[in-house]
Amino acid sequence: MHNDMSRRQFLGLAGGLAAVCGLGLVGCGGSGSSSAATTAAASTSAALSGSVTAVGSTALQPLVEAAAEQFMADNSGVQITVQGGGSGQGITQISQGAVQIGDSDVFAEEKLQDKSDASKLTDNKVAVVGMGPVVNKDVTVDDIALEDLKGIFCGTITNWNQVGGADEAITVINRASGSGTRATFESNVLKGTTVPDTFKPQEQDSSGTVAKMVAETPGAISYLAFSYYADTFKALKVGGVEAKAASVEDNTWTIWAYEHMYTAASPDAATQGFIDYMMGDEVQGSLVEQNGYIPVSGMKVSRDADGNVTTN
Amino acid sequence: MSSKQAMSKRRLERCGLTVTGACVTLVAVLVVTLIVMVASHGLATFTADGIPLGDFLLGTTWNPHQADAAGNPTVGALPMICGSFAVTLLATAFALPIAVGSAIFVVEVAPGFGRRVFQPLVELLVGIPSVVFGLIGLTVVVAWTRGWAGGTGYGIFSGAVVLAVMVLPTITSLSIDAVAAVPMSYREGSYALGCTRWQTIWNVVLRSARPSLMTATILGMTRAFGESLAVQMVIGNSAQVPGSLFTPASTLTSILTMGMGNEAMGTVYSDALWSLALLLLGMSLVFILIIHLIGSKGVKAHA
Amino acid sequence: MPDQRTASPAQAPTLDPGAAAVHVRRIARQDRLATGILTIIVALVLVLLAAIVGYILVNGAGKLFDLSFLTSKPEQFRAGGGIGPELFNSFYLLLLTLLISVPISLGAAIFLAEYAPDNVVTVAAKTAIETLSSLPSIVVGLFGFLFFVLQMGWGFSILSGALALTMFNIPILERTIQQALEDVPRTQRDAGLALGLTKWETTIHVLVPAAMPAIVTGVVLSAGRVFGEAAALIYTAGQSAPALDFGCLDLTSPTCPWNLFRPAETLAVHIWKINSEGVVPDLSAVSNGTAAVLMVCILVFNLVARGAGKAIARRLTAE
Repeated sequence: MHNDMSRRQFLGLAGGLAAVCGLGLVGCGGSGSSSAATTAAASTSAALSGSVTAVGSTALQPLVEAAAEQFMADNSGVQITVQGGGSGQGITQISQGAVQIGDSDVFAEEKLQDKSDASKLTDNKVAVVGMGPVVNKDVTVDDIALEDLKGIFCGTITNWNQVGGADEAITVINRASGSGTRATFESNVLKGTTVPDTFKPQEQDSSGTVAKMVAETPGAISYLAFSYYADTFKALKVGGVEAKAASVEDNTWTIWAYEHMYTAASPDAATQGFIDYMMGDEVQGSLVEQNGYIPVSGMKVSRDADGNVTTN
Repeated sequence: MSSKQAMSKRRLERCGLTVTGACVTLVAVLVVTLIVMVASHGLATFTADGIPLGDFLLGTTWNPHQADAAGNPTVGALPMICGSFAVTLLATAFALPIAVGSAIFVVEVAPGFGRRVFQPLVELLVGIPSVVFGLIGLTVVVAWTRGWAGGTGYGIFSGAVVLAVMVLPTITSLSIDAVAAVPMSYREGSYALGCTRWQTIWNVVLRSARPSLMTATILGMTRAFGESLAVQMVIGNSAQVPGSLFTPASTLTSILTMGMGNEAMGTVYSDALWSLALLLLGMSLVFILIIHLIGSKGVKAHA
Repeated sequence: MPDQRTASPAQAPTLDPGAAAVHVRRIARQDRLATGILTIIVALVLVLLAAIVGYILVNGAGKLFDLSFLTSKPEQFRAGGGIGPELFNSFYLLLLTLLISVPISLGAAIFLAEYAPDNVVTVAAKTAIETLSSLPSIVVGLFGFLFFVLQMGWGFSILSGALALTMFNIPILERTIQQALEDVPRTQRDAGLALGLTKWETTIHVLVPAAMPAIVTGVVLSAGRVFGEAAALIYTAGQSAPALDFGCLDLTSPTCPWNLFRPAETLAVHIWKINSEGVVPDLSAVSNGTAAVLMVCILVFNLVARGAGKAIARRLTAE
C-alpha cells in the first residue's frame, strides 16, 4: 500500500517535472533566441523518442555527456549513451552504422582508408578546440616564434638557449601518433614538414598524463588543448599572440581544430534532435565554454578538411 | 532394483563427465577463437597490406603515418620488441632475489608470521590497479630516477622498478609454494648431517626447488611482459631501440594502448597495431613452452 | 659423519679439530648473516608495502569517508563529483564475472583433477588454460572488443566486460580449485569409492565440500584481482557510467542498474579515464579518493577471504 502510494507520488512528481521542463524549453525557444536550431529542438521535443549512442573521442566525451544529461532531462523519451574509445573508434563505428553518432577530434577523411566513405556521413562541427605549446615552469621563455616551435618538434632546436632561454636541454613530449591533438598541431605548426626518422621524442596519448609530465619534467615542452591549461605549468605565447579564445576566433592563433559529431547522411529524429540541441544556444553558450571549448557560432573563419581557411 | 540403481548411477556419472568436459571444451574453444581472431587481424599487415614480415620484426622505425622508400608505411617493431624484453628482464632481476629471499624467510625462518601475515600482505599488491602504480611511478619513481641518473627520468629503469613491484606478489607466492613443496625429509636429512640452516637452504632446498622457482620466474616475466597501463606512464614511449636504461623507450603494450583508440579499423595502422597484439600473444605462448620444457626436464631429473 | 661430503658438497672435509672449529664458526657466521639478510629483505618488502598502501590511503583519506562522494554521480567538468555509479558497476561486474566464471572453472577443475584421461585432448585443454593465464590483459581486452563488442554486437556493455573478465579469471580460479581438489587426502577419496559411490558422487559429496575452504578463499582472492583490472575493460565495458535509476526495473533501459547491455565504467577504469582526459578541477582528489576506495575494497576482500575460508573449515570439522 505504502509502496504503491510512493510510486504514484513519484510518477506524479516526475510527470510534473517533465511538464515544467518542457514548458520552460518552449518558453525559452519562443521568447529568447530566434535561432532555428533551438526552436526546432523545442517544437519536436514532445515527440522525440528512441535511443542514441555516441562513441568516439575521449576529449569530447565530457561535453557530450554533460549535454546528453541535460537533453535527456528535457526529452524523457530519448536515451543517449555516450562512450569514449577514441576518435578512430568513433569514425569506424559510425561508418559501419553501428552507432548513431561518431565523435572525432579530426576530419573523418583523415582516418578512413577509403576517403569516399566520408561523404556518406554528415559532419556536425559542434565546437572549436584551441591548443598551444606548454612548458615546464623552469623554462624562462614566454613567447616563441612559430618557426622555432617547428624547429623544436622537428628536432633541430634542442636547447632552450637557441630560442632565447637559459642553457637547458629541451625535453620534447609529443602526442601519440594518430591522436587528434597531434594531427592538429602538426598540420598547423609543421605544415607538411616531415619529422626526420632520427628524431624520436617521447610520446604520450592522454592529455592528463602530458600535463603531469610537463609539470614535473624540467625543460619539458608539449602541447595541450586550452581546457587542460593549469597553473602547474606555463603556456607559451606564439609569435606574440596569447593563447585565448578570442585569438582563435579571428585565426590570429592558428593552432585549433573542430570537434566533430558525425551522423549518418539522414539520421533519425532523436539523433537529429540531439545534434540540433548541441548546436543550440543552451549548449554552445554555456556548456561548450564551461568545458574550455570555443563555440562554433563565434568563429569568424572556417576551415575545411584540407586546411583551407575562409573568412565567414 | 539394484540394476536400476546402477543404471541411474551410470547415467549420473556420464552426465558429470559431460558437464565438466563441456566446461573444459568451452574454455579451449574460447582460447582458440581468441588466437584465431587476433591472428586474422594481426596477419592482415603481411597478407593484405603487403608489408614484409622481416621489415616488421627487424625494422627500427615505427612511424605508420609516414611511408618508407618503397611506399609501405614504416612499421618496424624492433624498438618495442627490445624495449619489452629489456624492461621485463630488468624487472625480473630486481624482483627475483627479493621474492626468493622472502619465500625462504616465510617457509624456513618464520613460517607462522610468514604464512599468516606476510603472504596475505604481499598478495594485497595484486589487487592494486595498474593505473595507480603508474601514477605513483610517475610522481615518485620517475622523479627519483631523474634525481640521481639525470636525463628525464623516463625510461626502462623506471619502468622496470614499477614492474618489479607489480610482479613481486606473483613471483613471491609461487616461490613460497615451490620452497614449501620440498619434502621435509630432505631438510631433516641435511640437518641430521650437521648442516646449518643456511647450508640446508642453499644446498638442498633451493637446489631441489629450482625447476619450480624457474617456473615462478617465467610466470612473473609473463605478467611483466603483458603489463600495459603502468609501464606506458613511466617508460616515455619513444619508439627507438633502447641505448641506455635512462633514456625514453617503448614496449609493445605501451604503443598498443596508446594507438588503438585513435585508429579506424581496417586501416594499415590499425592492422600494424594488431600485429603487435599478435606478437604479445606469440610471446606468451613461448613463455608457456619454456615452462613446459622446464617441467619435463624436472621430471626427467627426478626419474 | 662419513657421508658428509656427498650430502653437502659445499662443506669442507673436517679432518683436524682446530680447522673444524674454525669451519664451524665460519658456517655459523654464514648462517647468521644469511638469516639477517633474509630478515632485511622481508622488512624491506613490508616497508615498501606499507608505503604504497599508506600513500594511497592517506592521499584519499579526505574522500574515503565522504558519503556524498561514494553515492553521487561523477561530474564532467565541475568539482564535487562522486563515484556512485562506478562503485555499483564494479560490484555488479564482479558479481556477474563470478557467476559466469566460478561454475565453468569448477567444472573444468573437476574434469582435469578427477576425470581427465591421459591423452592429447587433456594436454590440449591444459595448455589452453595455461595460455589463457599468461595472456596480457590488453590482448584479452582487445579480443573482447573484437568479439563481444563488435562481432556479437553487444556494444560497450557490462556483459562484454564480464565475459572479458571471465576469460581473465578462469585460469586463476581453475588452478586454485584443481589444487584444492588434489590436496584432499587420498583416504577421503578411497573412503567414498569404497562406500560404493561413483566418482561423480564422491567428487560432489566428499571432495568438493572438503576442498570448499580453499575454493572460497581462492574465489574471493581472485575477486580482488578482477576488481582492480582496467586494461581489459577499457574496450569492453566502456568508459562511461550513465546515471543509474534504482527504481527502474525495465531491463532494456540504459538507466536500469541491472541492464546487461548498458556501458559500465568501473572504479579502476574511472581512475584511468579521469587521469587521461578529465578536466574536472578536483581531478587529483577524485582520483586519489577512488584509489583509496578501491584499496579498502581489496583489503576487505582479503580479510573476508581468510575469514570465510576459516569459518567454513571450522563448520566442516565441527560436523
